[in-house]
Amino acid sequence: MPITSPRLDRTALRAQFPALAQEVGGHPLVYLDNAATSQKPQYVLDALTAYYEHDNANVHRGIHELSRRATVAFEGARVKLAKFIGAADSAELVWTRGTTEAINLVASSWGMDTLGEGDEILLSSLEHHSNIVPWQLVARRTGARIRYIEMDEQGRLILDDLPELLTDRTRMVAVSHISNALGTVNPIREITEQAKKVGALVLVDGAQAVPHRRVDVQELGCDFYAFSGHKMCGPTGSGGLWGRRSLLESMPPYQGGGEMIRTVGREESTWAEIPHKFEAGTPNIAGAIALGAAADFLDEVGFDRIAEHERELLSYALERLDDLGGIRVYGPTDLDERSGVISFTMGDAHPHDISTILDSRGIAIRAGHHCAQLVMQHFGISATARASFYLYNSTDDVDRLIEGLASVKEIFGPA
Amino acid sequence: MTPDEFAERFNRLRSWEDRYRYLIQLGRKLEPYPEEFRDQEHLVPGCLSQVWLVTTEGSDPSEMVFRGDSDAHIVKGLVAILLMLYSGKTAEEIISTDLQGFFEGLDLGQHLSVNRRNGFYSMTLKIREHAAQAMTAS
Repeated sequence: MPITSPRLDRTALRAQFPALAQEVGGHPLVYLDNAATSQKPQYVLDALTAYYEHDNANVHRGIHELSRRATVAFEGARVKLAKFIGAADSAELVWTRGTTEAINLVASSWGMDTLGEGDEILLSSLEHHSNIVPWQLVARRTGARIRYIEMDEQGRLILDDLPELLTDRTRMVAVSHISNALGTVNPIREITEQAKKVGALVLVDGAQAVPHRRVDVQELGCDFYAFSGHKMCGPTGSGGLWGRRSLLESMPPYQGGGEMIRTVGREESTWAEIPHKFEAGTPNIAGAIALGAAADFLDEVGFDRIAEHERELLSYALERLDDLGGIRVYGPTDLDERSGVISFTMGDAHPHDISTILDSRGIAIRAGHHCAQLVMQHFGISATARASFYLYNSTDDVDRLIEGLASVKEIFGPA
Repeated sequence: MTPDEFAERFNRLRSWEDRYRYLIQLGRKLEPYPEEFRDQEHLVPGCLSQVWLVTTEGSDPSEMVFRGDSDAHIVKGLVAILLMLYSGKTAEEIISTDLQGFFEGLDLGQHLSVNRRNGFYSMTLKIREHAAQAMTAS
């Protein structure tokens, strides 16, 4: 199915996502859990099916037609995604299961090979657990030390602390591009510039950025960039790690197996060139190809339009929440500093109560600590409710959310 | 109120709003949880909300008395139902209680399903675990 001029008509755009056209508990579904995962357009589903129906074969191996087609599509998707994030060279893009695996790959391969006693890894207290725990694991094994960039009362990183936090022992700075828990957009360029001064590498967790804005890894000046396919209209289990060629070449393999070797001897083996060195075993071929389709889809809609639309929704929602009253929204107040994620609490009602009541009205949001317990600790809370937008959401969805929250207020009565 | 009386009242409520309101009231009426047991040891971890549970001595030593709490109000209402079912019962009675049958008789719909990610489900396991331990000990 071709992409039918989605930029012309939002209803037509929404109609391309089959999962959105359903009722939940007798109400049309309002899906506002996009920071967790996005829905998939028919165009991506068709790419998945077409691969299995016509081209299914293992890549880089067979000298037969199907294997050739699968390899061309698989490597073609790599070129597409590399270009999508502004990489100069598609060999610098390693397919992974998603952001989590991409960060684990760097922590494990680069970290175990390079870090030693007293070396420092600088994270931020805004991070998702997947950009904390892999570093804790490697720190424990190497004797490296983890330090944190703290955030202010609006959930913005305090960059004034950077000169003190960055030392000649800082080897890696790992930060998110956009916070999944608060929607804070971090000034990555500024962070990379300062990190470079002490010779530290910079890894960016781009899980919440790549789906929503044009990312250019070269412009950001980072050394690694991790992202997930499933949050950007692509399949689960797809995603990638971009890394500078010289770094990827110097790093040891992450996992051993087929595909990643050049020669195998009884005692020693030699490795394939990048990116294959990091892709042991049969990869998620269908996932990579369909992720390529997702990138085409987002390009066709256009990031200018996506970003503008999400900003409009964010602004409208914040205004309506303010009118409703009794709601505390976390994160930056300046719209330029945040993305389409609204993390909030509501008086006496626990986020779990809020999401349960909304669910009975067919509205899907997220409640909990959002895998960011350090963020929750910062604000002295155990959980928030989180509504997050994507290109197919509308002001009607926001209106339904507000009606649902009015019902929560009504059920709980005066505090 | 007996569990059956509760089920009858709950099922009579038509809208979800009324049902949630009822559960929240039930939770609010729950005997205050003893603060000295609000600690890691008595925390039943859940992804969405927290549940605390403590076993105390009943007037009859063969009875198991539970006290519970949650930071989420609807879950606290569910905790109240569990205590209604289990607290003050003997270990044998607890093990033989048909929890699933009871909940199937409640028109909870999909919204309040016993999701293994929430503390409520872990709590039912904890209670049964305590009862099983009590049975082996005696």
